[in-house]
Amino acid sequence: MGDILSLVAKRLGYGVITLLVISILIFFAVEALPGDIAEAVLGQSATPETVAAMREQLGLDRPAVIRYMEWLAGAVQLDFGVSLITGDPVSSAISQRFANTLFLAAYAAVIAVPISIILGVIVALLRNSIFDRVANVLTLTSISSPEFFLGYILILYLAVKTSMFPAIASLRGDMSFVDLLYRTFLPALTLVLVVTAHMMRMTRAAIINLLASPYIEMARLKGAPPWKVIVRHALPNAWAPIINVVALNLAYLITGVVLVEVVFVYPGIGQLLVDAVSKRDFPVVQACCLIFAATFILLNLAADVGAILTNPRLRHPK
Amino acid sequence: MAEKKKEVLLKIKDLHIEGYSDEEWIEIVHGVDLTLHRGEVLGLIGESGAGKSTIGLAAMGFARDGCRISGGSIEFDGMELTTTPESALRALRGSRIAYVAQSAAASFNPAHKIIDQHTEAPIHYRIQKRVEAQEDAMQLYERLRLPNPHEIGFRYPHQVSGGQLQRAMTAMAMACRPDLIIFDEPTTALDVTTQIEVLAAIRDIVDQFNTAAIYITHDLAVVAQMADTIKVLLKGNEVEEAPTEQMLGSPKEDYTKSLWAVRSFQRKQKPRPKGKAAVPVVSVQDIDAAYGDVKVLKDVSFDIYAGMTVAVVGESGSGKSTTARCITGLLPPTKGKILFQGEELPASYKDRTKDQLRQAQMIYQMADTALNPKVKISDIIGRPAQFYSGLSGGELKSRVDELLDLIELDPSKFYNRYPPELSGGQKQRVGIARALAAEPTFIICDEVTSALDQLVAEGILKLLDRLQRELNLSYMFITHDLATVRSIADEVVVMRQGEVVEQGPKDKMFKPPHHPYTDLLLSSVPEMDPNWLTTLLEERGVDNVGEAANTGGKK
Repeated sequence: MGDILSLVAKRLGYGVITLLVISILIFFAVEALPGDIAEAVLGQSATPETVAAMREQLGLDRPAVIRYMEWLAGAVQLDFGVSLITGDPVSSAISQRFANTLFLAAYAAVIAVPISIILGVIVALLRNSIFDRVANVLTLTSISSPEFFLGYILILYLAVKTSMFPAIASLRGDMSFVDLLYRTFLPALTLVLVVTAHMMRMTRAAIINLLASPYIEMARLKGAPPWKVIVRHALPNAWAPIINVVALNLAYLITGVVLVEVVFVYPGIGQLLVDAVSKRDFPVVQACCLIFAATFILLNLAADVGAILTNPRLRHPK
Repeated sequence: MAEKKKEVLLKIKDLHIEGYSDEEWIEIVHGVDLTLHRGEVLGLIGESGAGKSTIGLAAMGFARDGCRISGGSIEFDGMELTTTPESALRALRGSRIAYVAQSAAASFNPAHKIIDQHTEAPIHYRIQKRVEAQEDAMQLYERLRLPNPHEIGFRYPHQVSGGQLQRAMTAMAMACRPDLIIFDEPTTALDVTTQIEVLAAIRDIVDQFNTAAIYITHDLAVVAQMADTIKVLLKGNEVEEAPTEQMLGSPKEDYTKSLWAVRSFQRKQKPRPKGKAAVPVVSVQDIDAAYGDVKVLKDVSFDIYAGMTVAVVGESGSGKSTTARCITGLLPPTKGKILFQGEELPASYKDRTKDQLRQAQMIYQMADTALNPKVKISDIIGRPAQFYSGLSGGELKSRVDELLDLIELDPSKFYNRYPPELSGGQKQRVGIARALAAEPTFIICDEVTSALDQLVAEGILKLLDRLQRELNLSYMFITHDLATVRSIADEVVVMRQGEVVEQGPKDKMFKPPHHPYTDLLLSSVPEMDPNWLTTLLEERGVDNVGEAANTGGKK
């Protein structure tokens, strides 16, 4: 086990380095955007004097490297500075939104991951049957349609025509958990439809890939029924690629949901990012990007560790 | 026993099997008959493509994906398997008919403990409860003389050695006490010393439980130890069948005789060149090597002279291939040096000149994986000629043609083909041509014949011998097959656990007195005499077989 701990520590170290590199990229990319932040904040009516005063107030007259260092030092303590638009601390603006996004992602993941893996196992078992083809066509259709389109279709049929679910996923603080689940069902369902195909097809492919292995033939020759061959003999060896695809899709659920949030007017971090970009609220943009990067890195790290933990060779060294 | 043997267990009549390839069904087994009595062992022998495994699996009513049983009847204990529904067939497998595969390492599921795989069938068939099945497994492990029988099952397959896994698989086949076991080349992937204990274990357990068996192999000497009756197959047809003694003593068919004659090729042993002028082509001097922190070679020294073949023998893990990697510079040694015609070579291939690289080439064991399947034969052979000799255009083409002629493949037929279209022997020839294209003086042959059938291997050995004479090549011939050593080596280096145990001219090495380890290796090579295994086991004593004897160090 010591090996695995040191391996995880090593990966975490790499993750931190990656994040550092990304923070540099984000900061200087925002820095390189055309236009002056002070002018943008003050708008058309700005006089040269007010712009200069604003620049000084924002610290823009100092070298970029020093400002980066200060920003980084703050970011490490989860202090991302102050929003240029509202003047509130960025972290407080983001935290509620990010929690909302995480909630929606978790909601979708809890439905999508088991469904796609179970479906993947079933289509691997019934490969090349009608069920396999239908499942493939349906999931492929859902992954190929744009999310906003899927969202509107769901709204049309499940909200407008039948009014089973609310079309707008607005949140209030005093909602019960069940109510929350009910109100956010449509955006969650949209996300489920978007990510299921990928995970299901990977599960199917990873399992079918193993079916030519001698140990699968051995299992058959021991009289194991087909479902047991797949579930007991193929699946445990197929986890590594499946886990990786699951992690990628989870990352997508957190970072790629802007369109779904817009369609359902859901107060997530994606909407916040879009707003911030259009209003040139750079501290918010930087913070959002950094959080997205950290999400990706953490989930990929989790996938690596998961893949290691499911590999008996690494779990039980000689 | 004699009474029991009369009862017919398996009767296959006029069996036809088809395989699907290139969008049509092609018959691969053309009407084979087979009768097996209870407690009897039938040896199925033939080259690859003879249909041995296919027939063996058909005896379980099983056809691999892309194969189908297209005609004939398979009657197992009164049940007609060709018309039995799949679910009923499945109920036979693992319970009444069991299978032991060639590579236990690949056929055990890496994700589960050995004992859980063992108990799967008995629990599935509700013959035993888990605890009972586990206890039974431990008893079988003990019977098969596995070390720590009460603990070994709780390990994962990768934590157990190949020979032990093969015995564990035999134990697994026994789990439900089947009436019939199909052994599909169960010792082909093992070292000779390990092979003996697996053979002894199999024979022992088949005797004890009076289990009938079909023993599939391409090794005549092995089948001679195991089978009561031998059936010879060729390309899906039966050549002949006879009781073992009779088959060995007086084979009727020409093909069988040719199989028997395979081991006869032997080239004259050459002495080392004499005089002060004679400098070895390759001189390995006191090298140590390590993979990470694991030391794998210790003080390895030997010389290879021009035009000579030095065979490096030893079990897997003895450091043969690692030594080759040191010579080629792929693994720089941690100590010692390698001289080439008297000059020291840089340790890493990266520091060697193009000419130094050109002089030493390699031929690999698995021609399948050593040739890029997507590259034409002409490019595979042409690239080193282009790289080392700077040939291009018409010159390059005529050089490739010349090389193809040299390896006895018709240039007009093979120039534009791809490796997957070639047979195993042809692929290995292409591997040889690729090595020759660099115009080397020294070639490392790493188990080049061990993946090939005997007749094909013989052809490769003859080719290598001819090339050596014509081009004055020196070979370092890595092998674990002592029959190959007998036929082509001038000198022999015996390695064990990263050290050279003994070395010298071949005639000396094959005559006693030997180092105890050489003796163990030599005496472990199966012989055609059907009583060889019995005699050997009596000589060595039951507990002193194979690995057990090996770890003891001295006999």
